[in-house]
Amino acid sequence: MPGQTLVEKILSRASGRDVRAGDIAIAQVDLAYVQDGTGPLTFRQMEKMGLVKAANPTRSVVFIDHSAPPPRKELATDHVYLREFAARTGMVVSDVGEGVCHQVAFEKFVRPWDVAIGADSHTVMGGAMGAFATGMGSTDVAVALALGKTWLRVPETMKFEVGGRFAKGVFAKDLILRVLGDIKTDGATYMAMEWGGPAIAAMPMTERMVLSNMAIEAGGKCGPQPSDQETKRYLREHGREAEWKELRPDPDAGFEDEHPYDVSSLEPMVARPPQEDNVVPVTDPSVKGLRIHQVYLGSCTNARYEDIRVFCEYMKGEKVAKGTRLIVVPASKESYVRSMKEGLLEILLDAGATINPPGCGACPGVHLGIPGDGENVLSTTNRNYVGRMGNPAAFTYLASPATAAATAMHGVIADPREVG
Amino acid sequence: MGRAWKFGDNVSTDLIAPGRYYHLRSNLPELAKHVLEDARADFAAGVKAGDFVVGGRNFGKGSSREHAPVIIKLPGTRAVLAKSFARIFYRNCINIGLPAVVVDTDRIDEGDDLDINLEAGVVTDRTKGIELAFPPLPSVMARILEEGGLVEYIKNHGDLVLAGP
Repeated sequence: MPGQTLVEKILSRASGRDVRAGDIAIAQVDLAYVQDGTGPLTFRQMEKMGLVKAANPTRSVVFIDHSAPPPRKELATDHVYLREFAARTGMVVSDVGEGVCHQVAFEKFVRPWDVAIGADSHTVMGGAMGAFATGMGSTDVAVALALGKTWLRVPETMKFEVGGRFAKGVFAKDLILRVLGDIKTDGATYMAMEWGGPAIAAMPMTERMVLSNMAIEAGGKCGPQPSDQETKRYLREHGREAEWKELRPDPDAGFEDEHPYDVSSLEPMVARPPQEDNVVPVTDPSVKGLRIHQVYLGSCTNARYEDIRVFCEYMKGEKVAKGTRLIVVPASKESYVRSMKEGLLEILLDAGATINPPGCGACPGVHLGIPGDGENVLSTTNRNYVGRMGNPAAFTYLASPATAAATAMHGVIADPREVG
Repeated sequence: MGRAWKFGDNVSTDLIAPGRYYHLRSNLPELAKHVLEDARADFAAGVKAGDFVVGGRNFGKGSSREHAPVIIKLPGTRAVLAKSFARIFYRNCINIGLPAVVVDTDRIDEGDDLDINLEAGVVTDRTKGIELAFPPLPSVMARILEEGGLVEYIKNHGDLVLAGP
């Protein structure tokens, strides 16, 4: 019997038997959550099932983040229902101002070896913690919340073995965009995208999170990563060191295929509309110099304190170009407060930024930065589909926070290696 | 029997249930008035009970919003046919009792008259006079679909049970 991949290990533990890719397993769920866009339907499904209860209330979380604070009465009323349902079942509420579900879940709830199920596709970000974390629809999450279990087909694993050292101005976001350009938006459908190798081992947790976050952009079921000393450091930083457990793949694990990458030669990348795999280096004439009306530093992908810090390192002392708006949305209250204490918010405001409360904001097109007809947005978010940011007549380009900073100061898509 | 409404590759859940209508998610009949409107504006007003949504590759990519298959199903859409599906969307379809079928949709044209036999695994294109076979669903999903979706399944069994009658 060959060794196991990360996901086979976690799902074997969670299902109480030795499982391999292709097996159907009923797994115990260690963390289940909804957000305000998917939670109302989840809870209505629980009512229809006659299961108004949480199997593990303290590990069941309702995040109010997508329309927080609510821009409309309908959404405010959804929030009323979510809070009432949480009170009836004992679920935890992460309310307006706390931040994006996946970011807050990572800071406070996701643990190595967990099975984490969220009613939001970017739940996959939990993979960076060494968890099996995947997004599901409202009804599946209803079952996970009420019964504390879910059924899964154990996925095959694509192994991404990453070596080399990032050049200045190049980040995890550029790596994942490059990978998406290579394997395309359905290149990992139904599969686990497992990360490893010396460049991952050397990568800070907040950068690893970017890689796992965008596994869904390739159709991936999850984006697991080892749990190592960096994982332990992150948990210690969040007062959770006792929750650390090591997770490593077996050396003879069976992978579907292997994708080696050397990041040393990687350049800053930009994904052009209308999807994440339409990727070119920032030097490409189709993007470099392109007029940008709004720079958006936000989302669970790239709006942590560390992203804001990188942005400010490039931006410091400069002003946002005339005719360009800069919208900053910290991913969580933790990131917001730390950015404030370290003077980053002042740098942003001096540069001309508008800072919005922690949450999803304009990334899913709800509010707080919807672009106008014909406008171009350079965004640190994860998707650039037609209509994604709330206007099907606008255009979204995806890039790293460093590229976003270079772009903000020039008003056109710019190469971060040429500034700062 | 119903008519084929053709869509291209990579139809995202943002095209199916656009974010600008977020506030309608607890009002599904209103949200359904906008279903797929950014992909083709004539669908929501024209779709009739028994019709088929026919996509290309990677249908339903993107978010986990179950509202997307729900508002496709609401007007009475018989099934979604595609060359391949994004994972969460596919599972959501089955969970709400909407057949999602992997079949060679290149052979189906806009407006073709279609029928489906889920048990036999055949889509019939009456306009072209051809039958297109498709593989059966994995057994766990077939059972959930047969029972009308995951809510009905849980009401029937009280639990997730993968084997047995």
